[in-house]
Amino acid sequence: MISGLRRRLFVAFIAACLASTALVAGIGYVFVRRAVLQRAQDSVLIDTRETLAHNVPGDLTAPVPEKTLQDVATALVRPDRYIVVTDGTTTVATGEFSLRDVPVGLATHVTKGLYFQRVVLHGTPWLVAGTRVQGRDGRPLPLTVVVFASLAKENADLHRIQSALTRAGALTVVVAVVLAALLGRSVLRPLRRLARAARSLGAGHLGTRVRVRGRDELADVARIFNESAASLEDTVRELRRLEATARRFAADVSHELRTPIAAMTAVTGMLEEDAGRLPSDTGTAARLVADQTRRLGALVEDLLEISRMDARTADLTLDDVPLAELVRECVTTRGWSDQVVIEIPPGLRVRLDPRRFDVIIANLVANALRHGAPPVRITGRPGLEVRVIDHGPGIPEDVLPYVFDRFFKADPARPAGKGTGLGLSIAQANAALHGGTIEAANAPDGGAVFIVRIPV
Amino acid sequence: MVAILLVEDDPSVRTGLELALSRQGHSVTARTTGEEALEYARARRPEIVVLDVMLPGIDGVEVCRRLRKADQIPIILLTARGESLDVVVGLEAGADDYVVKPVEPAVLDARIRAVLRRAENSPMIRSTFGDLIIDRAALRVTRAGVDVHLTPTELRLLLELTRHPGQALTRGHLLREVWDHGYAGDSRLVDACVQRLRAKIEPDPGTPTLIQTVRGFGYRFAAP
Repeated sequence: MISGLRRRLFVAFIAACLASTALVAGIGYVFVRRAVLQRAQDSVLIDTRETLAHNVPGDLTAPVPEKTLQDVATALVRPDRYIVVTDGTTTVATGEFSLRDVPVGLATHVTKGLYFQRVVLHGTPWLVAGTRVQGRDGRPLPLTVVVFASLAKENADLHRIQSALTRAGALTVVVAVVLAALLGRSVLRPLRRLARAARSLGAGHLGTRVRVRGRDELADVARIFNESAASLEDTVRELRRLEATARRFAADVSHELRTPIAAMTAVTGMLEEDAGRLPSDTGTAARLVADQTRRLGALVEDLLEISRMDARTADLTLDDVPLAELVRECVTTRGWSDQVVIEIPPGLRVRLDPRRFDVIIANLVANALRHGAPPVRITGRPGLEVRVIDHGPGIPEDVLPYVFDRFFKADPARPAGKGTGLGLSIAQANAALHGGTIEAANAPDGGAVFIVRIPV
Repeated sequence: MVAILLVEDDPSVRTGLELALSRQGHSVTARTTGEEALEYARARRPEIVVLDVMLPGIDGVEVCRRLRKADQIPIILLTARGESLDVVVGLEAGADDYVVKPVEPAVLDARIRAVLRRAENSPMIRSTFGDLIIDRAALRVTRAGVDVHLTPTELRLLLELTRHPGQALTRGHLLREVWDHGYAGDSRLVDACVQRLRAKIEPDPGTPTLIQTVRGFGYRFAAP
């Protein structure tokens, strides 16, 4: 955009310079040319008239003696001036010109007075002036004089002027180009600075400001830019502060909940063991408390895990582990062995954080068992790509983009069950910590597929 | 029945764990502060200490360090999950294992039994590696004729490593065999214990020759 604007400014400036130069030079040339020629012809005409007045006898009658014609011609001769004198029958010429060279238009006028015309003869410009000489009483004498005055000198002068003007014009254009470049740059520099600042602001450097100089329209724009950037920065800072507060609050609440939950978790086993010996409704109540205590514990742990991920304080302890064994262990320790089929080539070793990968697999399998249906298949291949496939109805297409959202429920009417609503987002965060991803999709033959990809 | 010293400052957690561990058949003595715990441990010598890391006064890590200085009593740390630093510092201070609060008593019981499990006997009764002599029957280790005092966990790790001399063992294998943890366990347990073991049996712990690190894999005990 800037370069286009700059080009337009440049072209317009050059065009204006060219036009004004051409106009000034053209008008100047026309005036000079007119003046030069005017002077040349004035001198010829005045000289001719005066010479004729002094050198032509007032009482000539035809035929005029050749000697007289010769005298008149000689009197009129000047350097670069040729004369043709005639009385109608006898013609005297001082140069190579003859009456034939007199332009027809001029020939018809000479009877009425001293007339002239500019012509080009043999490639050079001439002023041809002719007249029927008049006597003292105003009667025409039988004598016609034609003066061929060379305009070569004037023409050469005009040529010199022309070329000088052309050179001056060219110089003007060069100066204009340089000026236009400088001017364009100086006019556009604030714009470029503004563009750079806007780009930097867009890239997230919210402290970006531009220097405001002068009081023109660009300065106004710069001022508005600065005000907008400042208000954007304030808003973003406030939002970040609020977000940080919200996150810290979630983390603090979870942290505070942990101690009472630890105490309750310690005795849930006892409640369950003794529930059978309690009166039936008290027993049910005891089991409920035990159950929900576990769920509360899981929820708080998941919340804390998520806040650690958000705060980026989660660390990665990489190890070289056999994948099949790791997955089998994950499944057996949670008592899912008879619902899960593991299809991972033996001997496949991977480098990852085994504890975090265990969390990923555990959450995906728990999700598959909860929302899909057994048997759940776990496949793995080097690279690393692990798929968790269930035999349930699959995931509706409109729900797919949201399955990793926190506390997302596909069906709000359905009870939350045993899940915390955070399992999939925790799995995804753990994969991301490995530089990997988890993708949710549907298998061609129904059932949901979760594909874990971790770069090796 | 195991004589357990439980150190936990929060009264409800303390009561809960005391109840639950007693129900598992153990004899539990609970203390609230590190000072009380150290005093009790010196006088009564419990079989194992279950130690909260966050304690008022001297904290769990410091208690761990002081207990270790005195003798080889096994220690299990009670930590909050995600407080990674606690775990690392605690293991360096000599803890044998750790559990994350809130903990199911069944899990804690399993860990206690694992830490206290006697090392298995093997047909090879006596092994010699240079001036290091391991007597599997007496569960006694001497270096240049001097007794080396090892915690049960350190001893089991040494026995496991020396059962397969010259063979690289993964951290996962060691976690399973020594700590009952398996692959998803915390490999820092192994690393911390190897460091402590090296400090006790290597001629120069800075440049270990007996317990060699196999990068990105695990450890290997040098073949005799």
